[in-house]
Amino acid sequence: MSVELDVFVGNTTIMDEEVYQLWLDGYTVNDAVKVRMEGGVMEECEASADVLLSDTMDQYRTFQMCERLLHSPTKLANQLLFQITPHRQAVLIERYYAFDDAFVREVLGKKLSKGTKKDLDDIGAKTGVTLKSCRRQFDNFKRVFKVVEELKGPLVENIRQHFLLSDKLARDYAAIVFFANNRFETGKRKLQYLTFQDFAFCAGQLINNWTVGAVDNMVEDMDVDLDKEFLQELKELKILIADKDLLDQHKSLVCTALRGKTKAFTEMEANFKNLSRGLVNIAAKLTNTKDVRDFFIDLVEKFIEPCRSDRWTAADMRLYLTHYTNSAHILDTFKHQVVWDRYMGVIKSCIFKMYHD
Amino acid sequence: MPGKLKARIVAGRHLPVMDRASDLTDAFVEVKFGNTTFKTDVCPKSLNPQWNSEWFKFEVDDEDLQDEPLQVTVLDHDTYSANDAIGKVYIDIDPLLCSEAASVISGWFPIYDTIHGIRGEINVLVKVELFNDLNRFRQSSCGVKFFCTTSIPRCYRAAMVHGFVEELVVNEDPEYQWIDRIRTPRASNEARQRLISLMSGELQRKIGLKVLEMGGNAVVGYLQCFDLEGESGLVVRAIGTACTLDKLSSGSAPNTNTHTHPNTAPASNACNSPSKDGKEPVFGEDLLSSSGLPTPFRALPTSSSSPPPFSPSKPCSRQSSSSDTDLSLTPKTGMGSGGSGGKDAGPLKTLLRQQTQTALEQREFPFFTLTSFPPGFLVHVGGVVSARSVKLLDRIHNPALGNTRSYKLLDWNSVTADEPETRDAWWEEIRQEIKSHAKALGCHAVVGYSESTSICEEVCILSASGTAAILNPRFMREGCLDIGIPDHRFEEPSPPSCGFCHIPYDELNMPFPAQLTYCYHCRRQKVPDVLFTTIDLPQEASVTGKGCLIQARLCRLKKKAQGEVNATAISNLLPFMEYELHTQLMNKLKMRSMNALFGLHIQISIGENMLLGLASATGVYLTALPAPGGIQIAGKTPGDLSNEHHISTIQKRINDTIAKNKELYQINPPKLFALDPEVFCGINMELTEELVGSPIPEPRQRSRLFRSHSESSDEVSELDLSHGKKDAFVLEIDDTDAVEDIHSLLTDAPPPTGFYSCNTEVMPGINDWTSAVQMFTSVRVIRLSNANLTNQGLNKIFTELCENLLKSFYFKLRSMIPCCLCHLNFTVAVPEEELIQVAVTAVAMTFDKDQTQEKLADKPITKGTGETEEQLQFPLELCADSSLPNTQPPGSKISGVPESTNVSSRVSSLERSSPLPDGRSRSLRSTRSFGGSSVTVVKMTPLSFLPGTRIIKYLGIINMFFIRETTSLREEGGVSGFLHSFIAEVFAMVRAHVAALGGNAVVSYSMKECVFMENPNKNQAQCLINVSGDAVICVRETDQEPTLPANTGQSCTSAAEGTT
Repeated sequence: MSVELDVFVGNTTIMDEEVYQLWLDGYTVNDAVKVRMEGGVMEECEASADVLLSDTMDQYRTFQMCERLLHSPTKLANQLLFQITPHRQAVLIERYYAFDDAFVREVLGKKLSKGTKKDLDDIGAKTGVTLKSCRRQFDNFKRVFKVVEELKGPLVENIRQHFLLSDKLARDYAAIVFFANNRFETGKRKLQYLTFQDFAFCAGQLINNWTVGAVDNMVEDMDVDLDKEFLQELKELKILIADKDLLDQHKSLVCTALRGKTKAFTEMEANFKNLSRGLVNIAAKLTNTKDVRDFFIDLVEKFIEPCRSDRWTAADMRLYLTHYTNSAHILDTFKHQVVWDRYMGVIKSCIFKMYHD
Repeated sequence: MPGKLKARIVAGRHLPVMDRASDLTDAFVEVKFGNTTFKTDVCPKSLNPQWNSEWFKFEVDDEDLQDEPLQVTVLDHDTYSANDAIGKVYIDIDPLLCSEAASVISGWFPIYDTIHGIRGEINVLVKVELFNDLNRFRQSSCGVKFFCTTSIPRCYRAAMVHGFVEELVVNEDPEYQWIDRIRTPRASNEARQRLISLMSGELQRKIGLKVLEMGGNAVVGYLQCFDLEGESGLVVRAIGTACTLDKLSSGSAPNTNTHTHPNTAPASNACNSPSKDGKEPVFGEDLLSSSGLPTPFRALPTSSSSPPPFSPSKPCSRQSSSSDTDLSLTPKTGMGSGGSGGKDAGPLKTLLRQQTQTALEQREFPFFTLTSFPPGFLVHVGGVVSARSVKLLDRIHNPALGNTRSYKLLDWNSVTADEPETRDAWWEEIRQEIKSHAKALGCHAVVGYSESTSICEEVCILSASGTAAILNPRFMREGCLDIGIPDHRFEEPSPPSCGFCHIPYDELNMPFPAQLTYCYHCRRQKVPDVLFTTIDLPQEASVTGKGCLIQARLCRLKKKAQGEVNATAISNLLPFMEYELHTQLMNKLKMRSMNALFGLHIQISIGENMLLGLASATGVYLTALPAPGGIQIAGKTPGDLSNEHHISTIQKRINDTIAKNKELYQINPPKLFALDPEVFCGINMELTEELVGSPIPEPRQRSRLFRSHSESSDEVSELDLSHGKKDAFVLEIDDTDAVEDIHSLLTDAPPPTGFYSCNTEVMPGINDWTSAVQMFTSVRVIRLSNANLTNQGLNKIFTELCENLLKSFYFKLRSMIPCCLCHLNFTVAVPEEELIQVAVTAVAMTFDKDQTQEKLADKPITKGTGETEEQLQFPLELCADSSLPNTQPPGSKISGVPESTNVSSRVSSLERSSPLPDGRSRSLRSTRSFGGSSVTVVKMTPLSFLPGTRIIKYLGIINMFFIRETTSLREEGGVSGFLHSFIAEVFAMVRAHVAALGGNAVVSYSMKECVFMENPNKNQAQCLINVSGDAVICVRETDQEPTLPANTGQSCTSAAEGTT
């Protein structure tokens, strides 16, 4: 005797959140049944393994049928096939678009192409995320990317409206899209210590300050591409290191302000020129796409690592960068205050975030 | 030209991509009615086209309006090749033809394709302008309302119940036409869908005409089925109950939700003071079933029924007029008024019968498809009557049927006149049989009547069943609209609340041997020891404890055969199947310590090599009936020690199970020992004092008393066998079959804690429903791998299949606990040789448990202060102890109550009383509102109401038929994936149609047919589903003005509470 066909359909679609998560995590039906049995759900209702298997299969089928709708979440609210409460719809969507930090860290900044998709099994093996789940997450990134690519208006808002995601998740997706579009290098060994949330924060800073959208909010791709004019203007900052007088003046201003306020003062004084050169050179090179990709690695190599080897504390870092930025305003020959602020504002917050004690 | 149909196509959305190159679609729409077609413009390159068409107008006969659906086809325009169909929507415009139903159809409909399923949605507007047609010879019956609901629809009042209407139409099945060989599956499916839609429309129109002839304006309990007879054709048939309904103005709507009429409340009253409350329902109970076939079934009651509880102490009670004895000995007990008991009832009954007969006898078939009735309608219930007949479907050669026939040729008078007549004659025969069975039970009517068929190849079983009953003639007469006022002329002298339990037949001339006892409720008339019915439990019935689903399941192998031989083999098997099903039901009923079955539905399905029988019913303990005896196991060979040991083990298990079940279902019947005349006189007053108020029965006297009435399970073991044999239900273990049977008795697992289940509308004993409902359909098919199965092996598999399904439901719905699965409707089929298919539709409803518990917690017993209020609250407590005849139940004399003191005292010893009735403070756990979504939430339920809501309008009947086919079964997720999406699609289409009518719920929903065929080798499958229900608008109960007063027959207390 074998069960040939077994279905259960409710007028209001019945979905078990636990099973949904197992499905999202890429468990096979049998594995999911095992997990559920271990979870003790059987005792709850005097169920047997058969009952659990049948229920799990039903739920998996339902999710598979819903998946098509989840690809364009706005349809979920209008479709007639499944009667699902709005609250439950929101949960379904949010969970479907949720991702594993470990996974996203691996693909962050990579081109969302077929090539990357082929590497997913390696990534899966490395991160412990099932291939199925990797694919879903990757396809989600790609789908969001494709949709917002062609839209005008603010990136986060577009993602939120088209995919009905929470603000937090929409911001994370904005970061993913932004990184994928600019192909920022995040995979180097030196960057491994940074989490996705670190990068997401930086992406938010860049989106809000360095993109076209920061100036004009009705252009296509406004939040995805960096503001070219701004990048051009950044070249002007070179004067801060090229002009010897200016560099010395800047150093003495900063040192005066810092003296006695930190234990790392000696190192700061000694390294000032190096560090300043590092930051300004990063700015000056951003017109090259290649150098944009290396933005984070440059920040780490040129600034964060030297500071770390000198054992600056996070407070030291904060102090130093604040004075470094502000002192530039006092330099009378330095005319590029606006660009400087726009640049340093982002750099400051990125470094704060990226500098782990 | 009596009607103008207008349709407008507004827009589409979520269309499929039809042009791969552009990933878009150039959609346009054809709107067709009859032979007229209109087209919209093409809306190029859009998946969300806006057509905003003009109004397409069709000028048509109202006859066509009734028969034809509006057909909307969405196509993809293709310049160079033929346009591709995207899908269709059939819109039944019948609801627009009745002024009281919907006035416009407007909304998003799923675009359905029989191969691809739902492909986007289309927004359509439809209106009808009807001109009055005064032609007396008209063929249409516009304006007759149809309801699937098998009770008088809420918000209507039955001015008159006219009776049975039936009709059938026949056609050739397009699937079997020669043209099917050359056309696409899609064309064939669409032809079938359209044909059945047309036939349903025609059928409804013809039934409507009959209703008009009878002077009615509505059909209630409309049941339409179709028989796919294969080569010999397609039959669509329907039965229903013609009524004249008056619309109640809102506000005065009677009980809109059933929980306002908890059974328990009246029950409790009834116990103490049966007649004090005039509103109490008439309970009619009766016995058991007679089967239609010349089978042992009818005789069965005898063999299987337990002896009357009183017999041990008074074996000859039946012939010695017990009422006399009572009277003389205990004049004070109020027996005087009850003295009219057994015998006096005779003349009254006859009178009643005569009166009703005049009304009913004019009718060919005094049948009613209703399962619940206005108060007072049902006077007595006689038991289940059923009839089956096995027929050979021979292909009717008809030269007129050919490839040239269009579907328009439905006029069978000219074409195949003989065929519908054949089918008509078959049904006629069966109905006659039912009628005569009812007569044999002393009844003039059959209620809860239904008909069904099972077809396998060319053999067809026609079945009909119902409950023989005596009805109150008032409802059959013209001009007695006031149902609230009892017609005293016909009022039985006994309290109306237990009247339905009283036997309708003559005690001295019983149609079958049965054990009669005096009604435990009013003590005046005779009741049977067990009662089987096909109807819902009358609202007013007094019930002890809760009910539960009881199923008897049976498989019988048969040899494969053809034609006549096959038919004979089947008809030979049928009686045995019925007998066994009946025995199983009876055993299971006793295992649960219950004494009545409601909603009994027996289905027998034929397959090529086996017959399946499934009987489902809801068991309850009717307070008016005697407690069931236990089950006694007896061995054939008494000498064998090991055997005896075995037997005693089984016996113990059975006794334990019965005890457990009593606890589970909270069956603590009032121990009315005073009822037994012998006990009565014998014990006399000495006992009185001791018993009153002593929670623990005095062992000696007690046990004797108990034994004399009923085997309460815990005592069974102490009984000596001879005693037990008389008193209890004895099962003999003489062969392996019997052992199997006993095992199967014990394997039925009770539902997990927090769950109840029943196949009636609501669960007796649960009243405080909250508003969460979850309707579901589940289908399971198993393949029997082992070809050498025995009957026992099959039975086991089949039983497991049903039990596992139930377990699955409990598990899936565990988040709804405390919850009851109501209206569990099982349908079995044998689609192929080694397949068994079970389809279930039911609704899970939550109820408020806390309330119940609270009530129980504070059940201090104020002894004897019997004000009504209290009695309502502690119905069960009245039971047992005490009071003997003369005990004065202090304060409990309610005027008009015959002093049946024996009943009125309370016992404190009862531990678990049944959950109480009251509907007070029923909390409306409102379901989440779907704010923000553009899709209307449509609730669906197989019940006639939605808890916590009030139906304010009926929008018309939903009767839809769909076919789905696939040639890529694997790609669609196999058979389960295919059927899962199809059922979801059917739900979606039903909801969309209801929403378009302006409704927000479907009540009395049912899936009539689910025919599934697969051919995995060819990667193909096909499924047909037929669903029906009533589209309604309902509002939250809290939004309503206080409703109705209790003229409807329920206890006013509960009704009033219900509205607060």
